[in-house]
Amino acid sequence: MNKVVNHKAWLFVLPVVLLVAFNAIIPLMTVVNFSVQETFGDNVFFWAGLRWFEDVLNSERFHASLFRQILFTFLVLVIEVPLGLVIALAMPRKGFWVSVCLVLMALPLLIPWNVVGAMWNIMALPDIGLLGRGINALGIDFNYTRQPISAWFTVVLMDVWHWTSLVVLLCYAGLVSIPDAYYQAAKIDGARPWAVFRYIQLPKLKYVLTIAILLRFMDSFMIYTEVVVLTGGGPGNSTTFLSIDLVKAALGQFDLGPAAAMSLIYFLIILLFSWLFYTLMMRNDAR
Amino acid sequence: MAARSEAAAPGIVAARTRSGPLFRARYLIPAIYIIAVLLPIYWLLNMSFKTTNEILGSFTLWPQTFTLENYEKIFTDPTWYMGYVNSITYVVINTVISVSVALPAAYAFSRYRFLGDKHLFFWLLTNRMAPPAVFALPFLQLYSAVGLFDTPWAVALAHTLFNIPLAVWILEGFMSGVPKELDETAYVDGYSFWRFFFRIFMPTIAAGIGVACFFCFMFSWVELLLAKTLTSVAAKPIAATMTRTASTSGYELGLLAAAGSLTLIPGAIVIYFVRNYIAKGFALGRV
Amino acid sequence: MARIMLEGIRHSYTATPRSETDWALKRLDLDFSDGGAYALLGPSGCGKTTLLNLISGLLRPTEGRILFDGRDVTGASPEARNIAQVFQFPVIYDTMTVYANLAFPLRNRGIAPADIDARVREIAAMLELEDMLDRRASGLTADGKQKISLGRGLVRADVNVIMFDEPLTVIDPHLKWVLRSKLKELHQRIRRTMIYVTHDQTEALTFADEVVVMNEGEVVQVGTPVELFERPHHTFVGHFIGSPGMNVLPCEMDGGVARFAGQPIQAVNAADVRPSGKRLELGVRPEFVSISAEGVPADIVRVLDAGRYRIVETRAGDSTIKLLAPEDEALPEGRTHLRFDPAHTCVYQDGWMVT
Repeated sequence: MNKVVNHKAWLFVLPVVLLVAFNAIIPLMTVVNFSVQETFGDNVFFWAGLRWFEDVLNSERFHASLFRQILFTFLVLVIEVPLGLVIALAMPRKGFWVSVCLVLMALPLLIPWNVVGAMWNIMALPDIGLLGRGINALGIDFNYTRQPISAWFTVVLMDVWHWTSLVVLLCYAGLVSIPDAYYQAAKIDGARPWAVFRYIQLPKLKYVLTIAILLRFMDSFMIYTEVVVLTGGGPGNSTTFLSIDLVKAALGQFDLGPAAAMSLIYFLIILLFSWLFYTLMMRNDAR
Repeated sequence: MAARSEAAAPGIVAARTRSGPLFRARYLIPAIYIIAVLLPIYWLLNMSFKTTNEILGSFTLWPQTFTLENYEKIFTDPTWYMGYVNSITYVVINTVISVSVALPAAYAFSRYRFLGDKHLFFWLLTNRMAPPAVFALPFLQLYSAVGLFDTPWAVALAHTLFNIPLAVWILEGFMSGVPKELDETAYVDGYSFWRFFFRIFMPTIAAGIGVACFFCFMFSWVELLLAKTLTSVAAKPIAATMTRTASTSGYELGLLAAAGSLTLIPGAIVIYFVRNYIAKGFALGRV
Repeated sequence: MARIMLEGIRHSYTATPRSETDWALKRLDLDFSDGGAYALLGPSGCGKTTLLNLISGLLRPTEGRILFDGRDVTGASPEARNIAQVFQFPVIYDTMTVYANLAFPLRNRGIAPADIDARVREIAAMLELEDMLDRRASGLTADGKQKISLGRGLVRADVNVIMFDEPLTVIDPHLKWVLRSKLKELHQRIRRTMIYVTHDQTEALTFADEVVVMNEGEVVQVGTPVELFERPHHTFVGHFIGSPGMNVLPCEMDGGVARFAGQPIQAVNAADVRPSGKRLELGVRPEFVSISAEGVPADIVRVLDAGRYRIVETRAGDSTIKLLAPEDEALPEGRTHLRFDPAHTCVYQDGWMVT
């Protein structure tokens, strides 16, 4: 589209800018403020420079929760993206059942996150939960409130259950937007199903796959409520990811300085990766 | 070359289904996935119709003593049903605000070039990437300072931080699909800008508005860290009521399950209404 | 190379067709001879793409048989029928080079690499793509990509028929004629059966040896471009072909002579008209209407300049009659008389030419 240069367009954008700036800039200023200051109470602040940042970046606790977060996000991406893609490929392209499938699949996406956590909390209980009881019946000793491995298993399974549908919906939309003619031409050329996937479907899905990976990366890196309700970060801190750690520090302990510094580092990590993906996406667009 | 064409003579009509075989082996994959998705939901519903004693006492796949007492409690106790009312209130306020301010802004991004437009767009998107945990404490301070703490407005406004960029992104995508010629024709026909916008443009992008509303509703309805942080008693969302129940009265599981089951309803209703637009919205890849 | 026969074909997209409108293709029988250049011409929705997809095997007909060289291929897949199809928009494998695109169908058949190489280069030369063989296919212009689509069809030496479904739709106007002449040239060279679907009469009439005119799921007429122009069997053909189309005027029969606006009109087939109560019309092309001193009275309403000739629009009673006048001929004002060339005026009964 040929866009006209018109600086009066700023009037249209103004409400958005004001609202978002109100919510973004003022709090961020507060955070930045706290991150470079130290207080001993009574609203008296001293300049602390980069001390909090160094503290956080060097702290064992931060390293540990960062490591757990990265592992979690990695697992989640590695399972959800291929799984979602496979399901989308296997779905019917036309017909009545398509809407039924899509609606049913979308259900987990609209459940409040605390309910998601609560559901899995109860379901994974060893004696009265469907999952917990089931696994124990198979002879495996499963108790997520005591065993870190079981806790991780439940947390990852919960996330897969919760968010794979998003990947499915994205990939499915990408698939149905491929014109029939491509499949017809492939039939005429005598292409095998694998060749159809490799040369037609996968290239055309690059855009939606990038978005799916980007979104799942961002959202899993920020995960909070579901995990807190499910395990509280435990047992111990085996499932304490970055958000949980941050909230504990900020709202729990009121360590404003370190919490603020950690917030900024946290935000920057996400921004960095998202910017990487964003440029990849834009390069795709320009092609 | 010979050719003959007559009006259809009665012939043997081969009744073959045109949309392909009714069942292909690969349909098993989405079928199994959907069953897996519905299982925890079934379990939740299952528990909501049992008494807490039955849940804790025995493991049954369906209620032995079917009871509606959990639901009765919720519908009659203000602390419970007000939770739903509060949640719906801030979600609706948020959706209305987000989509309303996003519409003119998206129009500007779609039709005009102006100073700093690309940077502004990118900055908006970065807010979608902001971890709520980072903003928990700063928001608490900010909204207390402006006197909105413990009102639905606080939560609604806080959520606009994430939802406005999302709405702008989605709407801009849909608007860019409408050629500028439509606008120009309207002006030539004598429409003033706002009349054109409301009577011609908005109906044209109705699907986009629907998708934007859907996603705003979705993200606001499910997000709970900020919702809980910014409220205490008066505007307490259902999530807070649920978690409070879990900790203080010590696991009234039946009640919890009923409360959780009820939270599925708004989501299901919304999906049902936008089911035709879901594919289109995801197709733009602008979630 | 194959002779293609369609017997008793009827097709519906619904599972249980009930009424006439459920049938996308009403009953038809067609015979395409080996190596001919055919066009399926008709307005949008007339069923030409359906027919094309039935021939190529992408659709299975609800009723009827399709025969390639006498062999029943009604149930055969497109691959088994050995056909090639070029679609409305270029369909190429974006991630492959031009060479790999052209080689793809041959590789799928397990042909030896040396043979593949020879064949790909041969086709690339024919289509003037040799310089681009190593480029990524996605980088070419629209017409280049359509050439690749075409090439993928030609690369198989034993392809039975090549089908084109409005292939010039996305090509820039100034490149359309280049590609059109290329296709015609190609046909002369390789003499394969080619079937070209279009709604553009110029494309059809310039490409094909024989044109199948379709409307609303039926074949209206099959013939050479000249036949269609001079002897349209149906008023639809007269309308659709030629620019401007044929004049269709209501008429009556009075003792073996056609009458319009009270005037007797001589027509080629007037003697064959049997009374039947069906609607009678006269068809005469603007090319064969001229201004004369006597004949059908008419008023000149408008004169349009079309370059080397002018289109004169006249009114006689309720009917509009168009005629073509040379650029420099002086035209009378207002009321005048028209003469219809008897050799090119026909009577139509219920739309069909009376024979």
